[in-house]
Amino acid sequence: MSERSQSYETGQHPDLPAPVTSTGVIGWLRLNLFATVPNAILTILAALFLLWFIPPILDWAIFSADWAGQTREDCSREGACWVFIKVWFRQLMYGRYPVEEIWRINLAYVIALAAGILLFVPGLRGKPWIGLFLLVGFPIIAFFLFVGGSFGLPEVETPLWGGLFLTLVISAVGIVASLPMGILLALGRRSNMPIVRALCVTFIEFWRGVPLITVLFMASVMFPLFLPEGMNFDKLIRALLGVMFFSSAYMAEVVRGGLQALPKGQYEAAQALGLNYWKMMGLVILPQALKLVIPGIVNTFIGLFKDTTLVLIIGLFDFLGMVQLAGTNPDWLGFAIEGYVFTAFGFWIFCFSMSRYSQHLEKKLHTGH
Amino acid sequence: MSMNPEGQESPASRSQMTVSEEVAIQMNNVHKWYGQFHVLKDINLTVNKGERIVICGPSGSGKSTLIRCINRLEEHQKGQIIVDNIELTGDLKHIELVRREVGMLFQHFNLFPHLTVMENCTLAPIWVRKMPKAEAEEAAMTYLERVKIPEQAEKYPGQLSGGQQQRVAIARSLCMNPKVMLFDEPTSALDPEMIAEVLDVMVNLAESGMTMLCVTHEMGFARKVANRVIFMDGGEIIEQNEPEEFFHNPQSERTKLFLSQILHH
Ligand SMILES: Nc1ncnc2c1ncn2[C@@H]1O[C@H](COP(=O)(O)OP(=O)(O)O)[C@@H](O)[C@H]1O
Ligand SMILES: [Mg+2]
Repeated sequence: MSERSQSYETGQHPDLPAPVTSTGVIGWLRLNLFATVPNAILTILAALFLLWFIPPILDWAIFSADWAGQTREDCSREGACWVFIKVWFRQLMYGRYPVEEIWRINLAYVIALAAGILLFVPGLRGKPWIGLFLLVGFPIIAFFLFVGGSFGLPEVETPLWGGLFLTLVISAVGIVASLPMGILLALGRRSNMPIVRALCVTFIEFWRGVPLITVLFMASVMFPLFLPEGMNFDKLIRALLGVMFFSSAYMAEVVRGGLQALPKGQYEAAQALGLNYWKMMGLVILPQALKLVIPGIVNTFIGLFKDTTLVLIIGLFDFLGMVQLAGTNPDWLGFAIEGYVFTAFGFWIFCFSMSRYSQHLEKKLHTGH
Repeated sequence: MSMNPEGQESPASRSQMTVSEEVAIQMNNVHKWYGQFHVLKDINLTVNKGERIVICGPSGSGKSTLIRCINRLEEHQKGQIIVDNIELTGDLKHIELVRREVGMLFQHFNLFPHLTVMENCTLAPIWVRKMPKAEAEEAAMTYLERVKIPEQAEKYPGQLSGGQQQRVAIARSLCMNPKVMLFDEPTSALDPEMIAEVLDVMVNLAESGMTMLCVTHEMGFARKVANRVIFMDGGEIIEQNEPEEFFHNPQSERTKLFLSQILHH
């Protein structure tokens, strides 16, 4: 007490610790959950709701669920029957990819995962090269691994591809292609050259104006009609092109938003220093514009990732498609819920990771302005 | 450069105008319009090497537009602008050549916020002048010392005060080793206590013999360093004179009115 009442000269008062009631668990509870009477009531209601809601779900999904067995006779039907997922697991992951070739897919996963983890090692040098490898080198390696037909690997035709593997292929191609294409389209749309601008506007507005389902449908049904007799494009490639154009149009608009948000002074300062158009864009404008729109970019990626499920429409069996196929198998009728919960969980893991990664990036790139 | 020792123009001269070795910037009958609006009207201006010129005039009189034409941030529609013996036309090569020899300071600094102070300073030397990184950093450090903030080199612009940012902007321009420096009201966005630190650096720069064109209303600065003060109004150069003459013996009514307005508070 005596210390508090002691007087100090201006600017000489020592720092005191914060009062106990504003820190620690009690402080946190008070500040966030019980700050006002309405706040306290809401807290209690929410807690009751969770108590009512969560135990039955846990019971269904874990405690009363069936885990062991090989056939539907092993399902007690008191809770979820994960035997269904277990039996169909390989198809859900790889589609009808030949069993003895599945190591090729897993090898690609391992390479990508290793490179991805290296990107996160703090202070590691050469990260730009790893990034470049992931964007350029890896797709080439993956292509030869997946398709085969060279280096002594037997060919695996794309109709055999499916499950989560197919989902990842389509969304990875869409994601990797849509960012550079979207950037070029956005720059083109803001260009001073009327023809370039008109072309970009037309492209963007066309692909943005049609639903993805239509795009996929046109790609698989109408596109072949325009091709000369005998020439045949792989169905997967047609779907990939459709997804690429579609998502790059969305990406272009996201990037344009970032370009427009930058003050004119940034362009002028770069020009005044003698940077030409591409150096100005690459070194000054795009790094800032892209950083501004990271949430929008990741949003587009997540949207694209989930939209890939639409390829079912043209007879490609992705993760969701495979689950549906399994659910219509006469031996396994009535297990759709388990299937959908499992797919939802799978999609959620990927989308949530993307969202966390974008937050990590935003924090890392923040330079205090 | 295109002259032989007798002072006669060589036939290989890039422009048919007689441009002496001593001239840094030459503007002949320059006009500019924004749509219907005639911003610059028949501007004639010769700036010799090493000359320091202050441009003043009421807001909207075309001062910014004038100096922005010199590094082609704005395009003129009529007349001729020759900078460092290169005529500014639509030719992108010429524009880039001129821009690397002409530095510019802006009212709002326009530092690149995603780069550190050091990276701001070395960006153009590395990518435009193709200077090795180590050399560019060494040069940048000497300029940062000259503007008295070497200790901030690893910070980001967002962490600096306005006065510090403007000094970094000066260092960034100097790193390109420009022959001419343009200033567009470099102190008018600063808090009063920071104006002096930036003006100090500019005076220092003037004393080193840099060719400078400076839009500013800091009349103390004009008196101290300018060889010539130019008064603009309505897109025209109304009057130009040495600082002492200009301030004590203005010729036109408009100049008198303007001076009475800015000197009265
Ligand atoms: N991009 C532009 N488009 C149309 N009018 C402009 C543009 N920039 C400047 N102006 C006009 O040109 C005139 C001169 O502008 P400026 O050179 O910035 O004047 P100062 O720098 O002397 O205040 C002003 O009336 C301004 O409104
Ligand atoms: Mg101005």
